[in-house]
Amino acid sequence: MTERKPKPKIKKEEVKMPKQDPKVRVKNFNEVALGYTEEQALEEAARCLQCVKPQCVDGCPVEVPIPEFIKCIKEKKYAEGIITIKSKNALPAVCGRVCPQEEQCQVKCVLGKIGDPVSIGRLERYLADWERDHGFQIPEKAPPTGKKVAVVGAGPAGLTAAADLIQLGHKVTMYEALHLPGGVLIYGIPEFRLPKAIVRNEVAYIEKLGVELRVGNLVGRIHTIPELLKTDTNAVFIGSGAGLPRFMGVEGENLGGIYSANEFLIRNNLMKSFDFPEYDTPVRIGKHVVVIGGGNVAMDCARSSMRLGAEVCLLYRRSRDELPARQEEIENAEEEGLVCKFLAAPLKFNGDEKGWVKSMECIAMELGPPDESGRRRPIPMKGSEFTMETDTVIIAIGQTPNPIIQRTTTGLEVNLKRGTILVDENGKTSIQGVYAGGDVVTGAATVISAMGAGKTAAKAMHKFLSEKK
Amino acid sequence: MIYKIVSTEELAPKTKMFEVLAPDIAAKAKPGQFLIVIISVKGERIPLTICDYNREKGTVSFAFHEVGKTTKELGQMQAGDTLENVTGPLGNPSEIKNFGKILCIGGGVFIAPLLLQVKAMKQTGNKVTTILGARIKEELFMEEKAKTLSDKIYTASDDGSIGYKGLDFLKEILKTEKFDHCVVMGPVVMMKEVSEITKPYGIPTIVTTTPIMMDGMGMCGVCRVTVGGKMLFGCVDGPEFDGHQVDFEELVQRQRLFLPEERVASLMWEKNIGGCRCDRKKA
Repeated sequence: MTERKPKPKIKKEEVKMPKQDPKVRVKNFNEVALGYTEEQALEEAARCLQCVKPQCVDGCPVEVPIPEFIKCIKEKKYAEGIITIKSKNALPAVCGRVCPQEEQCQVKCVLGKIGDPVSIGRLERYLADWERDHGFQIPEKAPPTGKKVAVVGAGPAGLTAAADLIQLGHKVTMYEALHLPGGVLIYGIPEFRLPKAIVRNEVAYIEKLGVELRVGNLVGRIHTIPELLKTDTNAVFIGSGAGLPRFMGVEGENLGGIYSANEFLIRNNLMKSFDFPEYDTPVRIGKHVVVIGGGNVAMDCARSSMRLGAEVCLLYRRSRDELPARQEEIENAEEEGLVCKFLAAPLKFNGDEKGWVKSMECIAMELGPPDESGRRRPIPMKGSEFTMETDTVIIAIGQTPNPIIQRTTTGLEVNLKRGTILVDENGKTSIQGVYAGGDVVTGAATVISAMGAGKTAAKAMHKFLSEKK
Repeated sequence: MIYKIVSTEELAPKTKMFEVLAPDIAAKAKPGQFLIVIISVKGERIPLTICDYNREKGTVSFAFHEVGKTTKELGQMQAGDTLENVTGPLGNPSEIKNFGKILCIGGGVFIAPLLLQVKAMKQTGNKVTTILGARIKEELFMEEKAKTLSDKIYTASDDGSIGYKGLDFLKEILKTEKFDHCVVMGPVVMMKEVSEITKPYGIPTIVTTTPIMMDGMGMCGVCRVTVGGKMLFGCVDGPEFDGHQVDFEELVQRQRLFLPEERVASLMWEKNIGGCRCDRKKA
């Protein structure tokens, strides 16, 4: 037997992310994850094997050159590292925080076979935060092409498409319906998961690239897409997201104290109602909040409610195994005191004499065979009705695309049932020169998948614009 | 975009109309649509019905009654001041066509946007009877303007200090006159009353609902209104609905959801007024 060469020893465990203590953080809206120190970043970066055929990049919807940027960290070339990321991803400070890396790049990391995968997201965040502290550099742009593009919606898809198109030399105007840019990053994801200063900073970068931003401008009501195309606009990207809340259609849903997740989150995140009356928009939260749903949005609502001082129960109609939220979010929420009630759904809300919700009638569920989503279908159990006391209910059962653009754009093909815009693999819609991507195409999904769609469409739009005379 | 207040007009005590520079909105505004106005960086988003627009000047106008913190603070602003943001035009425009003989009823601050509809309805060939209502004589305004725009005009007040006392006279009118269409803009109690009066006569009655709104573009659902047993959104499905189908009781209840908070904000603002307010302009 030949003697094997001794292999370099690799640490199997990841460097843990420093976090605010659960008992402390549940009383504030500051960011939970504190970010690596330089030492921690170097220690974690040292674990990367620098694979010749990196699997992690395949898992990334925007193909960030992961081993290359980690190598830059190893060599302490941070400025070079962030440029490497930004060659593919215009919003690294956001992605480093809210991407589900455990399902994307990190799940493919070969180190995962022997221990923890490299914490790619945390390293990405480290570089993005380093850049924020050191000032960002504006990359060189391609010479002007003379072509003009309109981007509808300043969320993850729109910001990504805008950043790519402007760097390719096109003139870009971005229309945002709300008074602040960022889309779901600003109105949906809470401060403690994604500080708004970070979003403002990422948007400032896009504006520094030269993108013209018009806020408070609802496309479909001010300019319609056909009108834009009649002016000097050569192509349009629609990234208007999925902003229409779903309700359950059960009795009593219009009682006071019953919020859609969107309403509750917009109040808190966009309008900063947690700081009322310093900010003008109020939010009323009772003592016993029930959040209905099991996705990341439900977790955001639950964790925000706890920070506003409530006891929170999550009501989900399937079991723990089917929870669509990120594992990390579920753990964070439970550390902060979230109580989960699985396999139950509401039937009716009862109100008090002032029209405020005071209790809800529910029914227990059991799981049947899988439905079209692949998850086991919940089936109501006869005779299992029960009543829960509550004074605030947040309905977080999903969002669908806002119909305004679809209604005001003749010739735009849509999926009538889901309200989504139909596109080909390049994001091209049924109208020449009009592209779409993100939640408006897929229905509510992740930030990074929307960014990936923005990127794909930008590539196709560039080709379309280059061929157009 | 700078949303500059071009002119202000006091319509009645604590009731003002502002004309604001917003060319993109002015180019598209139609009767029945509304704006979302934010007065300062930390301000809330409030819906205000469009009262007028001037496409050449690039301005839109809205009227407001000073009831809460934001409208009181807005009332302090003057021509030359700028608003943080004005978004619009939002909501569906009114159906403007030749219905024949129509009844247009406006109450309180809503007299201002009603007259924009009266004007448009008259231009499309309708024979318009206008009723202006107010709580008391001092709060009734634009009577002269209404006279020039309408074929016939009545006034009414809650206390009878001007015109008829209450809306009972409308029942008498309907006994002798036939109307093809009715438009009501005003406080919910008034819209409810008119809808009840017109219902036995089968006059299609359109009311402008004014639920609490936040984004005004279909995102939050706080403006949900029950119409004919269906849950609809005031902002994107409305703001105008069939008055014979609207659940007014629920609408009133939902308008009052944040009353305690609104009182706190209003009281605190009044307590602070007189001090330096410059920090609220740009944070």
